[in-house]
Amino acid sequence: MSFFLFPFDSLICILLGISFTVWFTLLLVFIIVPAIFGVSLGIRKLYMKTLLKIFKWATLRIERGAKEKNHLLYKPYTNGIIAKEPMSLEEEIKEIRGSGSSKDLSSPEFEMSDIFYFCRKGVESIMDDEVTKRFSPEELESWNLLTRSNYNFQHISLRLTVLWGLGLLIRYCFLLPLRVTLAFTGVGLLVVGTTMVGILPNGRFKNFLSEKVHLMCYRICVRALTAIITYHDSENKPKNGGICVANHTSPIDVIILASDGCYAMVGQVHGGLMGIIQRSMVKACPHIWFERSEVKDRNLVAKRLSDHVEDKTKLPILIFPEGTCINNTSVMMFKKGSFEIGTTMYPVAIKYDPRFGDAFWNSSKFGMVSYLLRMMSSWAIVCSVWYLPPVTREEGEDAVQFANRVKSAIARQGGLVDLLWDGGLKREKVKGTFKEEQQKLYSKMLVGNPEDRSRS
Amino acid sequence: METDQCTFYYKSKTVNSALSRTEWIQLKEVLSFHDWKLVTLALPKSCHLSSHQVTVSSSHICRLYDRFHALDKDDKGSLNRSDFQNISELAVNPLGDRIINAFFPDGMDLIDFNSFVRILARFRPVDQNPKKEPNAPEPINSRVNKLKFAFQLYDQDKDGKISKSELLQVLRMMVGVQVTEEQLESITDRTIQEADLDGDDAISFEEFKKSLDKVDIEHKMSIRFLR
Repeated sequence: MSFFLFPFDSLICILLGISFTVWFTLLLVFIIVPAIFGVSLGIRKLYMKTLLKIFKWATLRIERGAKEKNHLLYKPYTNGIIAKEPMSLEEEIKEIRGSGSSKDLSSPEFEMSDIFYFCRKGVESIMDDEVTKRFSPEELESWNLLTRSNYNFQHISLRLTVLWGLGLLIRYCFLLPLRVTLAFTGVGLLVVGTTMVGILPNGRFKNFLSEKVHLMCYRICVRALTAIITYHDSENKPKNGGICVANHTSPIDVIILASDGCYAMVGQVHGGLMGIIQRSMVKACPHIWFERSEVKDRNLVAKRLSDHVEDKTKLPILIFPEGTCINNTSVMMFKKGSFEIGTTMYPVAIKYDPRFGDAFWNSSKFGMVSYLLRMMSSWAIVCSVWYLPPVTREEGEDAVQFANRVKSAIARQGGLVDLLWDGGLKREKVKGTFKEEQQKLYSKMLVGNPEDRSRS
Repeated sequence: METDQCTFYYKSKTVNSALSRTEWIQLKEVLSFHDWKLVTLALPKSCHLSSHQVTVSSSHICRLYDRFHALDKDDKGSLNRSDFQNISELAVNPLGDRIINAFFPDGMDLIDFNSFVRILARFRPVDQNPKKEPNAPEPINSRVNKLKFAFQLYDQDKDGKISKSELLQVLRMMVGVQVTEEQLESITDRTIQEADLDGDDAISFEEFKKSLDKVDIEHKMSIRFLR
């Protein structure tokens, strides 16, 4: 029996061998070599344009299908579903009171109608609040041929289904294996490269090599995600001795920023694969990795960060002050820790285009591995990075005000909503101090200011 | 009572809302509004609801269902009090707990989507030109019903009157620790004196309604959907 299979056996071997060689040569020429030299062949931009045309067509087909059946399409509305008045507590209550009586409005008193203000605000927040929707992926107005973002499935025609099936095939059978190969190559090269550079004695040559190795590996990783990034205002890129702060949407943010410049990373020491990567990275240039026990000690953290920034030969630190991943429609409260150090801050705004793939990591729903798989089976990750001009703390400004100023600048540039709420609300309940603020404001309307009372 | 299966499509699930015909008619009254976009839901052929075209705004139902789903983090199909307490803006509202109680009448602990919509429907803006049919029931978003909603925030024991202690409780919730007990007591006394007409030292619903006669409740207790 095996006698007959022998010629086929070697034929299959030869075919497999040839296809592997071709595959790897293509990979090398079109992807890895440009990554090493930081050059772009323009393939990804072309890919993006083609995809956009297909999405437009798909959306039109769905709309046409819906019109034929005389249905309304469900269009998600991220800017809020109800009309809210932007008036303060005082103004609103005065208005309610004013419509009810002709009494003097400036004297503090109580009216039964005051309750309407709190009642309406409460029900408005039940219908739509600013915080809950920040921890789930942004909803799209048009369909991008991914099942996970489809709301109008019943309007899909046969042609669209075929297109969707084709897309599925391309994404999972062609793009996914390609990207996984690249990812392994990138990470492998990073570990090997940084370990080798770590053997050299400290000096300018080592720093130069370490920079090259880091950049090359991050660029390969960028191609592993098919990330199409546009950098704006590169003259404001962070310099040594500063801290770079950015809004946080996913772990990919690190790869995106680090493929355009060299940073010192900050983070907790992990075990396993992450731990290996961390240990080898630190051999080539100083990063700041904390043990789990050290993270709680605020003073220790602050000291290590300030020691690092004082040494001007060390790279700028990369920090995400929100502390958790937000869905890229808003910027939430910046933790003041890194703003107390007193050095130049380089704000960076990162905005993802959700049409090609949603980069938001919902850590309560997906683990890291399934998240990466989702990323690698999307069409692409498209984003814009803006380097904002450096800022320093002004006279008489405390860390919290400084943090809020930087946050507003980032939100403005990225077109994101600027919120004062804490990103920690993803997992915890809100503190009681906010309620006290509302109670204080209302008490003033009820009994006037404490100073007035003591005078009379 | 026949139950018509009225379905509407939401994301990739088909939601079967098993309402009886009368409930469905009530829901239609509650949600239709003359300048909302109106579309036909996928109604079964046996469901002839009225002489004019049966149309309800499915986009508004869908938005509320979206919201219901977002609040229902454990995918139970219903909401409990803790789901409401997770809304940060509601948790910092001084009357937050009372408002949550308004959604759980009669000691129930879970609320389904139909009840959720029905309670929120009270905040629908008032019809500008209502058709006055002689025996039609009061629409759920009328001025009187809005007042009733606010009244129940005061009247915890549901005896139809706001007693002095109930008024004190609500005031205390709204001011926290910022105001002394004496000041609150004097405010309460004054308020009851002004509003109480039959001298029983408590405010009944009629007296409540009268004292708020001129207040613009139609606007202040209404929430408008954006297109």
